[in-house]
Amino acid sequence: MALTRVQVQHIAELAKLKLTAEETERMTQQLSAILDYAARLQELDTAAIPPTASVVPLHNVLRADVIQPSLPPSAVLANAPDKDDGGEFFRVKAILKE
Amino acid sequence: MKLYELTIHQARALLARGEISASELTRAVLDRINAVDARVQAYLTLVAERALEQAHAADAQWAEHRRAGKCGETPPLLGIPMAIKDEICTRGVRTTAGSKILDNFVPPYDATVMEKLYAAGGILLGKTNQDEFAMGSSTENSRYFATHNPWDLERVPGGSSGGSAAAVAADEALFALGTDTGGSVRQPAALTNTVGLRPTYGRVSRYGVIAFASSLDQVGPIAKDVRDAATILGVIAGHDPREATSVNVPVEVHVEALIKAQDLAPLHGVRVGVPREYFGAGLQPGVAQAVRAAIRVLEALGAATQEVTLPHTDYSLPTYYLLAPAEASANLARYDGVKYGLRLEESNEMWEVTPALAWGASVRATRGEGFGAEVKRRIMLGTYALSAGYYDAYYLKAQQVRTLIKQDFDRAFEQVDVIVGPTSPIVAFKIGERADDPLQMYLADVFTLGQALAGIPAISIPCGFDQGLPVGLQIAARAFDETRLLQVAYAYEQATEWHTRKPGL
Repeated sequence: MALTRVQVQHIAELAKLKLTAEETERMTQQLSAILDYAARLQELDTAAIPPTASVVPLHNVLRADVIQPSLPPSAVLANAPDKDDGGEFFRVKAILKE
Repeated sequence: MKLYELTIHQARALLARGEISASELTRAVLDRINAVDARVQAYLTLVAERALEQAHAADAQWAEHRRAGKCGETPPLLGIPMAIKDEICTRGVRTTAGSKILDNFVPPYDATVMEKLYAAGGILLGKTNQDEFAMGSSTENSRYFATHNPWDLERVPGGSSGGSAAAVAADEALFALGTDTGGSVRQPAALTNTVGLRPTYGRVSRYGVIAFASSLDQVGPIAKDVRDAATILGVIAGHDPREATSVNVPVEVHVEALIKAQDLAPLHGVRVGVPREYFGAGLQPGVAQAVRAAIRVLEALGAATQEVTLPHTDYSLPTYYLLAPAEASANLARYDGVKYGLRLEESNEMWEVTPALAWGASVRATRGEGFGAEVKRRIMLGTYALSAGYYDAYYLKAQQVRTLIKQDFDRAFEQVDVIVGPTSPIVAFKIGERADDPLQMYLADVFTLGQALAGIPAISIPCGFDQGLPVGLQIAARAFDETRLLQVAYAYEQATEWHTRKPGL
């Protein structure tokens, strides 16, 4: 099925991806070709077939609600692009005005 | 024999007798890396000094055990140098997943498999190249550089664990770990004459393994022979309280125990299924020939072969390429530039006027720049398959077909113990040959996707050559029946010498 440029732009917005005009063009063609290929799944009658989300028959694996040791804040923040001066918080620019 | 050419079990015998030290072994492998990696380009990051320190400590441990006459009690990988795919978090050692969005990421913790490997005495040499976020079949999707196949440097080593496979094939490590979501351990193993094992889904913890498609991802060894692969599986398998899908199910990893020495028919009573769908159009004639010859070897070893059918084989490709991208689009949503990784910011002017819009634009810019073409393609595909109005037609439909694919295997395993066929329909292709056509690239995975979707274990082992390039035989077994899989693989390996062939580097 052929996707339109507008659809591709909409998906990029949902996926939070900035695409150049050239990327959008190429993506429109390539995704259309892949979806055409995927359309062959429609040949199969699956009305009575349950979906498989996972092959492991596990449900709600719980652990005891006990505090476990965890990483110190300095280790957690070590990879942060930006953090506060006290080394306690990840920092991003304010998006709300006072 | 050169030290870097040793298998784990050969090196272990020499270490136990004190004929070599872990330091000598590690230095020999590091020298080998220095000699050949400029051409192979298997490694993204090397930690030579750290490796030598670890080797020194391993030597002390060996000496202690030798004095006490208790070498048999040393941990199974003590003093063995290893390479780890960059998808796996290594505390203090840069881990990029082959992506620019994680270019500067240094994990604050080890993946569970790393804790287990270190506890078993393994020595980390470095991190290996891969397709970005494990999305690819050639390692050309690495954002850093392409890895070259040691058997022909103009060709790809397969992917996505191409760096790990190339490192083992070129004797730049005694073994490596890869990850396999739809074939990323088995296909590169097939293309490089190495052994690659995808364990049963749930067998190995993924804690600390950068997530791609969580209902499919598994960690597996790439090794020089089946015996080594089994040893590594024994080390990394088992339940992990931090990984809800992991379970404890026993497996026999001492493969020597699985067949009797001098037994002329070690596979007597083993039923081997050959799916007719694996020998259709698209299979390279030379690959078909090598695999057919391997099946005759299994028969000569006493196995009873029979044709089986996996009627939905052709649907595994579209099923996988809807489900895996859908899961990836959710898993990769975390890369927003807040807690780690790349952050790009919009101009100050935009922040002044409309800060909320500037925030959204910054995240889009970070991800647009940080991710490469294939990753963006899959995020887009997955987002579309999950979006309102298309969910039933694509995502739900693919989940239903996944059930049919799993049922195919369930039915076949009512008749047979293992299923064999080619790992890859083709031998290693030229770098650049398929890079511009995503669908052509996806077809490289056509025989490795079904087992992943069904969650069953599968191994690729060397079974011959076509035009001088390696061919892999794939053996799959029932869920958690790695013991049977290893028995068949080991019996074949004992009867043949393909796995001992080395590339002329």
